[in-house]
Amino acid sequence: MGRFQVKKQDTFIDMTPMSDVMVLLLTFFMLTATFTKEEPILVNVPGSVSEIKIPESNIMTIFVNPAGKVFMVMDSPDRQKMMAEELIAHNKLSLTAEELKAFSEAPTFGTPLADTKAWVKLDAQKRNKYLQESKAAGIPCKGTGEEREGDELKEWVLAARNTCGQDMRIAIKADKTTPYETIKEVMNSLRSIDESRYNLITTLKSGE
Amino acid sequence: MAKKGGSKQKKMNARVDFTPMVDMIMLLVTFFMLCTTLLKPQTMEITMPSDKEDIKTENKSQVATDEAITIIIDKDNKIYYFMGKQSAPLVPFTETAYGKDGIRKVLLQKNIKAAEQALALKKEMEARYSSNPAVADANQKEYKERIQKIKNADGTPTVIIKPSDAATYNNLIDVLDEMQNCYIGKYVIDKVNASDSIMASEKGFTIMTTK
Repeated sequence: MGRFQVKKQDTFIDMTPMSDVMVLLLTFFMLTATFTKEEPILVNVPGSVSEIKIPESNIMTIFVNPAGKVFMVMDSPDRQKMMAEELIAHNKLSLTAEELKAFSEAPTFGTPLADTKAWVKLDAQKRNKYLQESKAAGIPCKGTGEEREGDELKEWVLAARNTCGQDMRIAIKADKTTPYETIKEVMNSLRSIDESRYNLITTLKSGE
Repeated sequence: MAKKGGSKQKKMNARVDFTPMVDMIMLLVTFFMLCTTLLKPQTMEITMPSDKEDIKTENKSQVATDEAITIIIDKDNKIYYFMGKQSAPLVPFTETAYGKDGIRKVLLQKNIKAAEQALALKKEMEARYSSNPAVADANQKEYKERIQKIKNADGTPTVIIKPSDAATYNNLIDVLDEMQNCYIGKYVIDKVNASDSIMASEKGFTIMTTK
């Protein structure tokens, strides 16, 4: 009789190996994690065969979007704050302490110096929207004459160089379709303040 | 009676249900997977000549040699080149294309000695491959030094890259990439000037200039 009795199946599945694997995966991702930075300006960088990695810290990134507008960001809020303080000290920018704090936390900035105060006063979402949509957005980098009058990119870079020291790297992250005309302006601007070494950010392209 | 039965120790179930833990870890893993960038962006290091006068004159004398190849990048992914001096080019103004059958072929032919040496060096380094990190590091360093020497040796061509205003950034990066592919150590980025466009129009091409 006992032979025909249906055995009660145990529905309990041992999850231990699964959790082992999961913990391993989790550890791997936690250790290799470098969080994606918020980048309100979308740029599609060109591919290249260059395999040099970008340095991790003390780097200033200059974004150039397809429309030729220029934006900037420093790698840490502290440095961004120091840079703005330097500009304030030279009377090129006026921000209150509170605005300065908000500015230092902005994931990307890029407005003419005169508009910066008004831009910082906006709330975070509106700020990014302004950068993406406003016609007035972008750091002016067209200069006229010997002194490159009206070139504000130069001011920002100079301020950053003065506060972050000679080790600071400059990286240009420009969109594939950006016309050379804008890139040239950025390069000329950097050249005028004797910044002749910089990095161009690309993605890896497999060789043909 | 009942007490006697109760004294029999109950067999404890030692199994712990891990399902909630797995659920939670799954969520965490998903979070980390979505929020990380494993691929670090690559970069190209570039050094532009400074505005200072002394460097400018030095560059000019370099550019005037017959070893120079001038590449002109124009709109709609057009690319042209000529070799030698502008006044008396060795190879006249010619249209070419991007990629290995176009500009790379031209540059490699001109730089054949350095390319051969670089390939030989690569092979040598591959043969010396070691999994010992210290040795690998030393090898890498030596490779870099030697490839620099090959790239900048006498007789290697100088490339002048002239992008016009209408060229795209992608075009410029592609050309800079070819410098690396063809082991060219000496290159500069310059402007397309009026005499370049006159030269182009003589051959029936119209190119934009750089302001």
